[in-house]
Amino acid sequence: MGSFPDKHWREPAVAPFTTQGEKEKKMKKIEAIIKPFKLDDVKEALSAIGIKGMTLSEVKGYGRQKGHKEVYRGAEYQVDFIPKVKLELIVDAAQVDEIVECIRRAALTGKIGDGKIFVMPIEEVVRVRTGEKGSNAI
Amino acid sequence: MINAGDTAFVLAAAGLVLLMTPGLALFYGGMVRSKNVLGTFMQSLVMISVISVEWVLMGYSMSFGPDVGGLTGNLSWFALNTVGSAPSPTYATTIPQNAFMIYQCMFAIITPALITGAIAERIRFSSFIVFSLLWTILVYNPVCHWVWGSGGWLAARGVLDFAGGLVVHLTSGAAALAAVMVMGPRYNHGKRNFAPHNLPMTIIGTALLWFGWFGFNAGSALAANGIAATAFISTHLAGMTGMAMWIIMESLHGGKPTTLGAASGAVAGLATITPAAGFVGPIAAMTIGIIAGFVCYSAVNLKEKIGLDDSLDVVGIHGVGGIIGTICLGIFASKTVNAGGADGLLAGNASFLGTQIFGVLVVGLYAFVVSWILLKIINGTMGLRVNKEDEISGLDQSQHNETAYNN
Repeated sequence: MGSFPDKHWREPAVAPFTTQGEKEKKMKKIEAIIKPFKLDDVKEALSAIGIKGMTLSEVKGYGRQKGHKEVYRGAEYQVDFIPKVKLELIVDAAQVDEIVECIRRAALTGKIGDGKIFVMPIEEVVRVRTGEKGSNAI
Repeated sequence: MINAGDTAFVLAAAGLVLLMTPGLALFYGGMVRSKNVLGTFMQSLVMISVISVEWVLMGYSMSFGPDVGGLTGNLSWFALNTVGSAPSPTYATTIPQNAFMIYQCMFAIITPALITGAIAERIRFSSFIVFSLLWTILVYNPVCHWVWGSGGWLAARGVLDFAGGLVVHLTSGAAALAAVMVMGPRYNHGKRNFAPHNLPMTIIGTALLWFGWFGFNAGSALAANGIAATAFISTHLAGMTGMAMWIIMESLHGGKPTTLGAASGAVAGLATITPAAGFVGPIAAMTIGIIAGFVCYSAVNLKEKIGLDDSLDVVGIHGVGGIIGTICLGIFASKTVNAGGADGLLAGNASFLGTQIFGVLVVGLYAFVVSWILLKIINGTMGLRVNKEDEISGLDQSQHNETAYNN
């Protein structure tokens, strides 16, 4: 084995990771935790502005709303984790503000427990069927 | 002389009373956590096997056989010796004696099954079998003889119990109290969530219990006659007002009317009317149901304050129901309803009320003390509780190697 780096080795012109880093800024993930009964409203509002896909999970949790109380034959139980729905969408960074506001308006009841929306960067997206990457795969 | 109508009625009633035991399994099973539902079912179901064998071999003879000093029947009817299809000269004289025997067998089965609600989610299956068998021999059979057996000493003093307020509900309630005291609370009781895992199951159980209760109470007339109809109606009316009163109490108490409350109130009303069913009229029955809803609701709430883990409220509903039903019989009984019964306080006969209270004290104390001693002995030898690890993983896994819900 020759020594490393040997004389044939040179630094790549552009580091692959940096290329990914450029893309990352162009895609965002939106996670919205909302009240379950608002799901239909939110989904319709998103369809209306052209959102083509999302991932949905039934989750449990609590925030400022805390949980609620249940009473069985006089015995009170504090139920800390209450059912919520979590939506996950991967979108172009340019659309983020519009989508977040769309979700917020559709999920709003004005009462405590309406939920939260998180936005975070995405490094890469790959469509399994075709192998397309980045914005084309969204 | 065998009467075909009476025989058909009592045999059908026996089938109805048997149905109450799986009904009870559903009633209790829905109230425990999902990891204990099969263990809870099993505790009721297995009584059908264990107690039927005990009853045929010796229980029937101890309860209804030839009297020994008013305290017990002797064992001369061991293994149903001489008990055949000819009518008994003393009990239910219009039906075959073996029909009477199998009808009474169903009562002996459900009584120890009732106790399981108090010790739910923590008893070892093997210890439970030993306890139930010995308890039936030492508590159920003697008390059954005292109250219903020919020559029984409480019956001789005039104590009345139409269908089992003393024999079934008070004995099981007193044993439940002893069991809760000896075994202690479930692990993490009062800290974690012990909410029922399937209330629809509990409602189905309530429906089957209510249906079977017509066999339990109306069948206790032991003939297809007017007293059976009176008992049938009293049973229904008390169950109905018990349910109404319980949910009214919940609402007045600052809560919401709950399905578990409706089910509990119905069972409280049905348990409370049991000793009085064939001896009181419809208005008295409705009043007794209202009293049951009020008192049993209060008793169940009091439990939370005392801190006893009577998990599914056997003491508060069956024990208290048996007591107030037997005492209410002393108040509301009327010979105009049933000439074979008695006149109570409202009919001007205060001494009958005293007799009923005496019956409650004797049966309650006896059942509590013997159960407590029996539980202490089993706890010291076999151990009553599963270990902590098994309790956390649940009875279904640890006692039966099964899981109720697989998806």
